[in-house]
Amino acid sequence: MPQANVKMTVRRITPAVSIIDIQGDVSAFAENVLMDAYTEANTPTTRVFILNFSGLEYMNSSGIGLLVTLLIRINRQKQRLLAYGLSEHYRRIFELTRLNEAIGIYDDEAAALHAAGA
Amino acid sequence: MSQPEMPLEQTGPTEQPEEAQAPQPQIVQTTVIEEQTIVETPSAREPRDAANWAQVVTALRVSELPVGAVNLNVNGRQVVGPLQGFGKMWQKTYWVRLSGAKVTPTEVIQTWKEQFPNFWPKGNRFFKPLTGIKPGEVATLSLNVGGMQLSTGVLVLYADDESFALMTPQGHILAGWITFSAYEEDGATVAKVQLLIRANDPLYEIGLRLGGHRQEDRFWIHTLTALAAYFGVNGIIHHRQECVDPRLQWSQAGNIWQNAAVRTTIYSVLAPVRWVRRLAGAKRTNA
Repeated sequence: MPQANVKMTVRRITPAVSIIDIQGDVSAFAENVLMDAYTEANTPTTRVFILNFSGLEYMNSSGIGLLVTLLIRINRQKQRLLAYGLSEHYRRIFELTRLNEAIGIYDDEAAALHAAGA
Repeated sequence: MSQPEMPLEQTGPTEQPEEAQAPQPQIVQTTVIEEQTIVETPSAREPRDAANWAQVVTALRVSELPVGAVNLNVNGRQVVGPLQGFGKMWQKTYWVRLSGAKVTPTEVIQTWKEQFPNFWPKGNRFFKPLTGIKPGEVATLSLNVGGMQLSTGVLVLYADDESFALMTPQGHILAGWITFSAYEEDGATVAKVQLLIRANDPLYEIGLRLGGHRQEDRFWIHTLTALAAYFGVNGIIHHRQECVDPRLQWSQAGNIWQNAAVRTTIYSVLAPVRWVRRLAGAKRTNA
């Protein structure tokens, strides 16, 4: 089994907003890492999760699938998912897969935090 | 291709795919090189997957139609992801260990791409793009759904040496994508099909609940059985499924107007009318 080549760190900005910094590859093998990060970021007061893709180096269709399942999980808890730091290439992939219709995408952390109300 | 009887392992809806359960080192630490500081903006780097994705498409277009293919319900359709469909969202995973076959994941995927239609069950046809399964290519399909033929297509969303993914358009039974991949595990190559899908419209959702899901299971089990047999393996097909989202998206109920099954049926029923019109047109031209 290939190793997950990704590191995710959680920053709690406010009681309601958490940022997950993604560094490396998002593929099927990143599932455990992503879900662990989500669990760590999720507190009883968390309302908004922000994914920081500035360190994203690779993503395939399974990786996009992981984001969809994460989005559904978050939406079912009446929470929101935002993203920033996407390169032009990954912005196009979000557009192609129509993920941009469900995840708010922002240029930088300040804009994402503003949208999150932090 | 002959289909040997295969034992099938089915597990409950709450289980996670095998790869999620296997222990694995998951964190790779960043290496700092001396005191060199490299400032990069997100867009400054060329990602490794840059050539593996299709370009953004507003509407599908079949470039060249293979012999026997029908371009119906494909041209002009938008692709739809699992977020755009109507029914419950499912993640279904089917896999087979190619134990004993001396074949690498890359060789499995290369063969799968080349022979893709040959592994499908009889009565269903996949008209591979003339240039092969490459990112951005569009394939046309003729599917047997409960004895009815359905013409539609798929976009090759992603393709690399060890995986490829197909995304469905408006009117297809399913909204979402299907990923075909291969990887090594415990000394054997594993071939896997994973769907992240929901029914595109209410009619399809009813159909899936009334046996469509079982038919789909049989479809992919047949495909993996045939793939394994190609490599001389009498493998066990494993199957897991999880309901990712049990909600129906009523805002997408209008997708029914694009329903390819309905449109294919109407197209077939009107075939004699088109034939008479063509005949009349030819007579006028000759006169």
